Amino acid sequence: MSISLLLHALEQGLVFGIMVLGVFITYKILDFPDLTVEGSFPLGAAVAAKVIFSGGDPLWGTFLAIMAGSLAGLITGLLHTKLKLTNLLSGILTMTLLYSVNLRIMGRPNIPLLGKVTLLGEIENYFPNLSIDYLIPFFFLFLVAILKFSLDFFLSTEIGLAIIATGDNEQMIKSLGANTDLTKIIGLCISNSLVALSGALFAQYSGFADLNMGLGTIVAGLASVIIGISIIKIPTIFWRTIAVLVGSLVYRSIMIVALRYGYSFGFKPGDLKLISVLLVVIALTVPFVKRKLNFITRFNLGRKDLQNNQGKEV
Amino acid sequence: MKKNIKNLLKIFVVIFLVGLVGSLVVFAAPLKIGITQIVEHPALDAAREGFIQALEEAGYTAGKEVIYDMHNAQGDFTNAISIAQKFKDDKVDLIVAIATPTAQATLQVNKEIPIIINAVTDPVAANLAESWESSGNNLTGMSDAAPNKQQVELIPQFLPAAKNVGTIYNAGEANSVVQVEVAKETCEELGLKLIEVTVSNSSEVLMAAQSLAGRVEAIYIVTDNTVVSALESVINVCNRQKIALIVADPSTVDKGPLASYGIDYFSLGKKSGEIALMVIKGAKPSDIPIQTITDPNDLQFVVNLDAAKTIGISVSEEIIKAADKIIKDGKVQGD
Repeated sequence: MSISLLLHALEQGLVFGIMVLGVFITYKILDFPDLTVEGSFPLGAAVAAKVIFSGGDPLWGTFLAIMAGSLAGLITGLLHTKLKLTNLLSGILTMTLLYSVNLRIMGRPNIPLLGKVTLLGEIENYFPNLSIDYLIPFFFLFLVAILKFSLDFFLSTEIGLAIIATGDNEQMIKSLGANTDLTKIIGLCISNSLVALSGALFAQYSGFADLNMGLGTIVAGLASVIIGISIIKIPTIFWRTIAVLVGSLVYRSIMIVALRYGYSFGFKPGDLKLISVLLVVIALTVPFVKRKLNFITRFNLGRKDLQNNQGKEV
Repeated sequence: MKKNIKNLLKIFVVIFLVGLVGSLVVFAAPLKIGITQIVEHPALDAAREGFIQALEEAGYTAGKEVIYDMHNAQGDFTNAISIAQKFKDDKVDLIVAIATPTAQATLQVNKEIPIIINAVTDPVAANLAESWESSGNNLTGMSDAAPNKQQVELIPQFLPAAKNVGTIYNAGEANSVVQVEVAKETCEELGLKLIEVTVSNSSEVLMAAQSLAGRVEAIYIVTDNTVVSALESVINVCNRQKIALIVADPSTVDKGPLASYGIDYFSLGKKSGEIALMVIKGAKPSDIPIQTITDPNDLQFVVNLDAAKTIGISVSEEIIKAADKIIKDGKVQGD
């Protein structure tokens, strides 16, 4: 593993980590499998790219992208809570309508940002002495840390705790007089604004926004959340947000490793998705296998202990 | 002491020899070319094969004089970035980027290694180049801009009475949107009405084709990756509903469309290979204009008489004479 490989994995893992934090809020905290992200990720990219391409301030573009994302969450929330559609269908509907909306916003399917002043370009100009190879991952790390701690803080406030309670036991919190429709909508808005921010940053990072950019976002998001939570099992919010970010880093590293070294084992370019799935399965089963092994060794030790009549706790 | 000096001398000789052999290996090292492609697709694959063929003809055999590092993003844009970063880290000698998003990702990541683009319809609109004459950066190559105007003009030649023309494309593909714009203008000039139907993936193509049935006399398909992948569904509908199908990619005419006038992607790939050879020999990418196929000798006019029979139209002698290739009774005639 070269340094640059690690840096690339870090950059991508962090950019997508923002999206993964969003998926974490809906999927793990609200217990709401939200498919809106497949549309709100390119929505963020579309809004930011449109503003930047027409010469606007990239910071403003990124801010508008966050707002647009939260609007997308609002639509899903209203469809689910007010029109009583199931959570999956609400997400699917918003995701589908966003395809057309994104095309409207962009005006064409692909907006190039090569040679435009992006947020990353501005930061680069601000620190002219630092190498861009280190600056970008550091900036993302800084940003993700801020987002993580703000999210932790928010979830410890009264409204944040109400959102957690909604996901844990909706009936209970309802009977306590909380408005679960509102908590769900707030959760969805925050989640999708994070996803849109991730999309806006990814567009600026990769140099273009494309209508099809959202393909596979939800799969990557869910995989990262699940990988992260199965690696770090401490059930406090502080550690869980760290866990999902680690999950995102692991997921992206897997994709990059599959791409770089997969072919050395006789795989062909078309096998890329297969290799990445195999690696994800390995990453997910390693803790399980380890537990199994632990159990076997404990069992054997235990038997030995019994034989020795020591009866000590192992 | 003497022994030490002797040993030291021995070590120096060994180092010298290793260095010599090493530098010889480096000198004879094959050229490393990275190829990045956004999805698996017959046309894009053909462009890649054409490139490899052109280099082989110039004496660069794969595995000997040149080593290809071929990657496919499988539709995932993050992979396109990762592939570009890999090529940069591996310090390949040349990068071939097939289709617009891969070209954009590659240029964003790397501004030094020469990039040869292919199957990018409008490199200037995609911000890949300052102008067609000179990119002003490390990129050059071939555009697959098709002669859309001439293709639409085929419709009245085959069907003088045609009034309505349908087209199906993916509104998410930048290349298709550009081409449909041209088709629209040409239709207006010819007094035809163009009915547009858009799809977002290949499973929607059949429904889109069916929605055109009974409303149009001809369907025109641009080089749209999504629709061309599902061209069989359009052919089926056209055969059943007796609609004339004109396509932009001539290599697909043997599957069942009525006619095409354009360039096949294999030749396009070969042309991009020729540009790559110029870069390998030391030309600067910014000095080589980005080219399109404009020479009529490179364009192919293919007519499928079997399709004409199926949909019940007669093809004039003039058209048959003008055709470079004719498909009759399932066989290809003339070249």
